[in-house]
Amino acid sequence: MTQVSMTVNGKSASGTVEGRTLLSQFLRDQLGLTGTHVGCDTSQCGACVVHVNGEAVKACTMLALEADGAEVGTIEGQANADGSLNVIQQAFQDHHGLQCGFCTPGMVMSAAALLKDNPTPTEAEIRDYLEGNICRCTGYHNIVKAIMAASGQDVSGIAAE
Amino acid sequence: MPKDHGIGASPKRREDVRFLTGAGNYTDDINVNGQAYVHFLRSDVAHAKINGIDTSAAEAMPGVVRIFTGADFEGVGGMPCGWGVTDRHGEPMQEPPHPILAQGKVRHVGDPIAAVIADTYEQARDAAEAIEVDLDDLPAVVDMKAALADGATKVHDDLTSNLCYDWVLGETDDAAVQAAFDSAAHVTTLELVNQRLVANPMEPRVAVGDYNRGTDEHTLYTTSQNPHVIRLLMCAFVLGLPEHKVRVVAPDVGGGFGTKIFHYAEEAFVTFAAKAINRPVKWTASRSEAFMSDAQGRDHVTRIELALDASNNFTALRTNTLANMGAYLSTFSSSVPTWLHGTLMAGNYKTPTIQVNVKAVFTNTVPVDAYRGAGRPEATFQIERVIDKAARELGVDPVALRRQNFITEFPYDTPVALTYDTGDYHGTMDKLEAAADFAGFAARRAASEAKGKLRGLGVNCYIEACGIAPSNIVGMLGARAGLYDAATVRVNATGSISVMVGAHSHGQGHETAFPQVVADMIGIDESMIEIVHGDTSKIPFGMGTYGSRSLAVCGSAMVKATEKVIAKAKKIAAHLLEASDADIELKDGVFSVAGTDKSVAWGDVTLTAYVPHNFPLEEVEPGLEETAFYDPANFTFPAGAYACEVEVDPETGKVTIERFAAADDFGNIINPMIVDGQVHGGIGQGIGQALLENCVYDADGQLMTGSYMDYAMPRADDVPFYTVDHSSQTPCTHNPLGVKGCGEAGAIGSPPAVVNAVIDALQSGGKNVDHIDMPVSPSRVWSAMNA
Repeated sequence: MTQVSMTVNGKSASGTVEGRTLLSQFLRDQLGLTGTHVGCDTSQCGACVVHVNGEAVKACTMLALEADGAEVGTIEGQANADGSLNVIQQAFQDHHGLQCGFCTPGMVMSAAALLKDNPTPTEAEIRDYLEGNICRCTGYHNIVKAIMAASGQDVSGIAAE
Repeated sequence: MPKDHGIGASPKRREDVRFLTGAGNYTDDINVNGQAYVHFLRSDVAHAKINGIDTSAAEAMPGVVRIFTGADFEGVGGMPCGWGVTDRHGEPMQEPPHPILAQGKVRHVGDPIAAVIADTYEQARDAAEAIEVDLDDLPAVVDMKAALADGATKVHDDLTSNLCYDWVLGETDDAAVQAAFDSAAHVTTLELVNQRLVANPMEPRVAVGDYNRGTDEHTLYTTSQNPHVIRLLMCAFVLGLPEHKVRVVAPDVGGGFGTKIFHYAEEAFVTFAAKAINRPVKWTASRSEAFMSDAQGRDHVTRIELALDASNNFTALRTNTLANMGAYLSTFSSSVPTWLHGTLMAGNYKTPTIQVNVKAVFTNTVPVDAYRGAGRPEATFQIERVIDKAARELGVDPVALRRQNFITEFPYDTPVALTYDTGDYHGTMDKLEAAADFAGFAARRAASEAKGKLRGLGVNCYIEACGIAPSNIVGMLGARAGLYDAATVRVNATGSISVMVGAHSHGQGHETAFPQVVADMIGIDESMIEIVHGDTSKIPFGMGTYGSRSLAVCGSAMVKATEKVIAKAKKIAAHLLEASDADIELKDGVFSVAGTDKSVAWGDVTLTAYVPHNFPLEEVEPGLEETAFYDPANFTFPAGAYACEVEVDPETGKVTIERFAAADDFGNIINPMIVDGQVHGGIGQGIGQALLENCVYDADGQLMTGSYMDYAMPRADDVPFYTVDHSSQTPCTHNPLGVKGCGEAGAIGSPPAVVNAVIDALQSGGKNVDHIDMPVSPSRVWSAMNA
């Protein structure tokens, strides 16, 4: 068992982990940050996406020890300081970009990473970027629309309102 | 102007905030103090005799609390099947036992052999690897035709064969059916496969069992679409527990799509084991485990024949289907190929003679049960593919051929046991023609061809039987339960309302949509109403959510209970206003005496109900809470027409969905935003079936698609934006809201549209291809083109 320390959502966090403990397990089981979800065991579904030193990372694919000393951001740290939804979260609610909510934390974290690098992505760029995030509920329609809206694009012309 | 509140409005979903901030409460987020963890050792072969299980080394491993095998469950009930099918000879279906842990044999990859409970998951997994299982491999039964051959290896030694049932619906006289075909001007025949799928809700299944010795009470937290059904099945059939000592909680559930309807062995196991070891027990499925333990879907092999007269009227339809049950009968497995499939074979068309034959077959594969649409996608795919093929053979427009044969008068009694109460198939097709811009297709095809691509337009209709279901009818058809639902409307003293419902929301947005109805009925703000679901200790006995039933059945119960509340509140208001309750009107949350300016507010009446200092005690009791059970008089019949445009790359066979349009008739709509979302999601799954998904077993019964590396889930770049129109509305005639249900339509209506479009594209390129089985992968398209 090894001591690990990191900054999570701006606060220092530490714990004792096995070498095989995944970052997703550390966040969920030791820090109680259960918004990071685990939907598969092959690094495909993206429900567990978090930010590590500003990069989108699948937390099921990284050992907790690898995140020692890192700045980690999870869905629990995304809302505005006053607790209101941030621009991406609000766009997901406004455009019904979630149904069961299980993939949603990963979608929001991936969307944030995309928009950081590409502030106004095209529909095709969004769909391509979300290759590693699976949603079973929405058919992706309203997720793509929400991300376009969050980037300030006019989505009123997109079908089905 | 769109409405901004009540029925017909699209308020933002109130459940979204917790999901968007990581504050949801899914079953895996629940940890009970002192819990141990269970790992199931599962069979890695499809069929074998168990000679012995040696757990001694594993029991000595660190952290191991106890190891269970099938022997620990001798005398304990097995997993029950909830629907008995009577075969064509009047005999009951063959119904093999389904033990919690394997006994005697393993019958599919994933069949649980032993359960290891340890202090941590890792310890349980490590110890499971130290269990020695002595297995004698047996030949695996995988192919359904081979399974029915004389002398085939039997999945269940105590059954007479691998045939579960041989069932017929519609015209039972074979000679009469044959006569209809003999007199036909044209017969179109199609053999097709509706491939096996895995539902794959993004949240894997989880079960946590807790037991309180002091009170002898069990609590099961589980990923379920219907907690009361789980409690009933587990208590009455599996563990023999009194229901009042068992609480089943299904908190936030991350998608279901049918696969979380069923009562699973893991739920019974953690409940049983928590008492046996006197410690809470938690199980969380990995995705790989889900692939071999969640009930799977579809898996039909069908030959369909359509007879037409010289004027192209449909005169007869005959289908013969082999339906895979897998190794055991899952909870509702037997009903899917029969009553959810055979009854829909009339489609939207007036075909006078229909015969549906289904042979259900046991194989050494994971059990098959309902998956979004459940039987109805299989029916729709057959009908709509054979009609398209017939149109091509006859050289007529496929839409015109459909329109010519539409049912236009309602109610309509089909030859396959249903009565459609209402519909407007021409009107819905008109909406589709506009939404899909049929008129612009030729130009789009020309543009595709200029790029060297083939472009096709595929159209189909669908109808489904939803609002499951009238208890008296399903009882006659073999259901071992009623299929009503229930709601309790509890008005609090200050006027806010808690509505406890039997329906369960796992993505459908009930917490937002249901209050819209109650708010409209009373005339108060939706924020005053909350929906309580998913906990048997809080909600009345209801049957849960599946079969697009929540609003049509549970919503109707909610309306009835609200009507009772309003009737009582009017009596109280009449007393306060010194009037007759027949003269009391309720509008915008205010009770008034008709024709006067005397009124009293909703909150004053509700407070009076609970603080009855001035109360008509001789006429009504204090309090304001009512429960209603609603049993539907008939199924509901959502119907629609879908259109897909694809591009096919003739060099590679790659299919790209360019446009997709859906026109649905769901009757009245409570929340258009949520309805759109339900259709989007269904279409996404339907496109997944049409182009990508396939659950494959090899000849030895090995599951070849056991993870997301092998099973192709649709991703964001596999699908386009969809055009959805539900302005064609013929309200349901027999429920108070006039609603039909919308949850499964997309998954039912979309696969044939995609395949029809691919065939249309290939034909436009001069390729003589009349069918490709799903998934229509590049290799299959390329092979068909180059055959």
